[in-house]
Amino acid sequence: MYRKEKSIQIKSSASALYNNLSVLPILDKNLTYFTVVHGNTVNMVSASTDGLNFSHRQLQSKEGSVTVSSSVITQASWCVLPYRALLVLTSLKGIQMYESDGSIMVYWHALDALETPPAQAVFARGIAAASGHYICVGTSSGLVLVFDIPNKGTNITLAEVLAEHRDPITDIASEVSESKDCPADLVTADDAGVLCVWKSGEDFKLVSKISAYGCTCSSVKMWKGVIAAAYGSGQIRIYDAVSGMVHAEVNAHARWIYALDIAPDSGKLLSGAEDSFVQIWKLSQILESDTVEIEHCHSECVTDVQICGSRFCDPEGNTFAVTGYDLCEIIRYIQI
Amino acid sequence: MSLRTLPLLFINLGGEMLYILDQRLRAQNIPADKAKKVMNDIITTMFNKKFMEELFKPQELYSKKALRTVFDRLAHASIMRLNQASMDKLYDLMTMAFKYQVLLCPRPKDILLVTFNHMDAIEDFVRDSPSILNQVDETFRQLIDLYSCLPAGEFQLIRQTLLIFFQDMHIRVSIFLKDKVQNSNGRFVLPTCGPVPWGTEVPGLIRTFNSNGEEVKRVEFVNGGHYVGSLREGSYDLYGERILKLGTNMYSVSRPVETHMSGTSKSSASHAKENTVPNPLAKEELNLLAHLMGGLEMKKMNSGDGGFRLNLFTSDEEEEQATLLTRPEELSNKVINIQATKDQHEKEELAQIMDDFKIQEEAKQSTSKGDDLLALMDGL
Repeated sequence: MYRKEKSIQIKSSASALYNNLSVLPILDKNLTYFTVVHGNTVNMVSASTDGLNFSHRQLQSKEGSVTVSSSVITQASWCVLPYRALLVLTSLKGIQMYESDGSIMVYWHALDALETPPAQAVFARGIAAASGHYICVGTSSGLVLVFDIPNKGTNITLAEVLAEHRDPITDIASEVSESKDCPADLVTADDAGVLCVWKSGEDFKLVSKISAYGCTCSSVKMWKGVIAAAYGSGQIRIYDAVSGMVHAEVNAHARWIYALDIAPDSGKLLSGAEDSFVQIWKLSQILESDTVEIEHCHSECVTDVQICGSRFCDPEGNTFAVTGYDLCEIIRYIQI
Repeated sequence: MSLRTLPLLFINLGGEMLYILDQRLRAQNIPADKAKKVMNDIITTMFNKKFMEELFKPQELYSKKALRTVFDRLAHASIMRLNQASMDKLYDLMTMAFKYQVLLCPRPKDILLVTFNHMDAIEDFVRDSPSILNQVDETFRQLIDLYSCLPAGEFQLIRQTLLIFFQDMHIRVSIFLKDKVQNSNGRFVLPTCGPVPWGTEVPGLIRTFNSNGEEVKRVEFVNGGHYVGSLREGSYDLYGERILKLGTNMYSVSRPVETHMSGTSKSSASHAKENTVPNPLAKEELNLLAHLMGGLEMKKMNSGDGGFRLNLFTSDEEEEQATLLTRPEELSNKVINIQATKDQHEKEELAQIMDDFKIQEEAKQSTSKGDDLLALMDGL
């Protein structure tokens, strides 16, 4: 069971965008950072662990024009690398990378609109860190841009472009368990529902491609060689990353799922959808049969809120946070 | 975001406007021939060929202010005049109704069915005027051509773009409050029961597969809602049953148009922002607007023409009161800020745009009533 804790007020409401909540625990300072996107603004809140002190910061997408809809931010997410953490913003204009506290912008990558057909919107979406010193960002043309991040400083370079997807990228995730030498450690998802599984490194190698089944994959996660993918049909599918075999299929929600998260230490999975429900699941590996099972643990209704972001706040999955369209708060839950 | 959002925004808001006007025209006992003329004139203007051509070009949504100006102009395309308070109310009702429809449509593609419900109703309004019907029909076909084969992901992007446009608007509408689909804080009620969207399974089942892909286990779980299987899919053709009820006419003489105004919930952060940030693109936007309005010809209103004033309130006193109620400064639509630029060329262009407006103003000088649009343009 989980119970509601005091929620965190944010300066402006959350927009209806996939995975519109990012959480970064800063353990040595007893702080947790949250970001939520509102139109062309990112709300950043740092909250002390005791839940008493909050400090707010707002980041604007400064690039390009000022008409509201053309500078909309599509996603904000922290990327934790071994030596540094960066806050990455994607928008209709390009990709911005900030120091983790949002204080300094260290990199800007403009999107090239020329290759896109005129009626197609141009944007970046889908953000994840990969194998030590890379950050991967997806684009509306289906490309995945791989940036090489130095241990410090601003000398960030575009190292590789992965061109396997034909539809706009929706989400990217990397392996969250600490296991070494896994044959696959990155997964990219697109609007058509195609998943590509990669082994990251000097050269990113395509390990497997999981074909679409007619619906957008809006959020994806990877844990111990297993992929959890959430779809517009309200379903969650659990795949083996290397073979692409389906371990399980769940009729999880009545509307589009907007967010998935996995707690690396416990294998708990969280899904949030437009149907106003957050569902908590648990994945467990069955070693003798080499399969994965998923069981339902908890169901939480956030009344009259179309959920657009939900994340665990600790590696065990004992706490989670939720936000939704038009909502000016981040609602937190704690296990009892 | 999506560059295909504007036609849907305009047509659905226009559809809602027509529902409200139709109800008010009847409630105010406007003679049938005059009411008919108003509806026909507005629909003709709305589906003007040149205007539609501009509208269907791929483009970003423009600001709330610019869109509001378009609808001010559209509402005055006939012999009917609305004062500022009535126009404000009309626009609030239209936008909240369409926000509700966008938010509640079961899956993103259903936005198209909402649009088709509006188109069906508009066609019914002009059923006995073949030339106007043809005009509407043409747009209907264009909608089908352009949208019916878009993938679900693109529809979701359109929906998300619309939701950003309507974000932080929480005006309370009495018909929604009465129907218990809106809460007193202005948020819409999201049902956790009823049919799931087409193509979605009722939540509550986990299926497990072995390494050969055979199903080995089925486990049910309690998902917290009370859903049932989906209804059949609505028709995406020119004719046919849409199944979805969102976007159909919810007003009737027994269910009048009414809003509750609450000042605090209206002055939202986003409103404020839009005004405080100077917009160097205001010129571009006005350019586009002037271009769009080239197709919208203003009707001259002579005293002998039988023009009349429509009231969106139950009585004239109420309307007067609403006019006197000072709306928050940021909400008044009187001023459109244009950055004065040094560039001579731009200045000339701007002067041209202003001239365009002036011509339309002069055309209106002869009228005694309907000064609100003039006031609207005074800020230029």
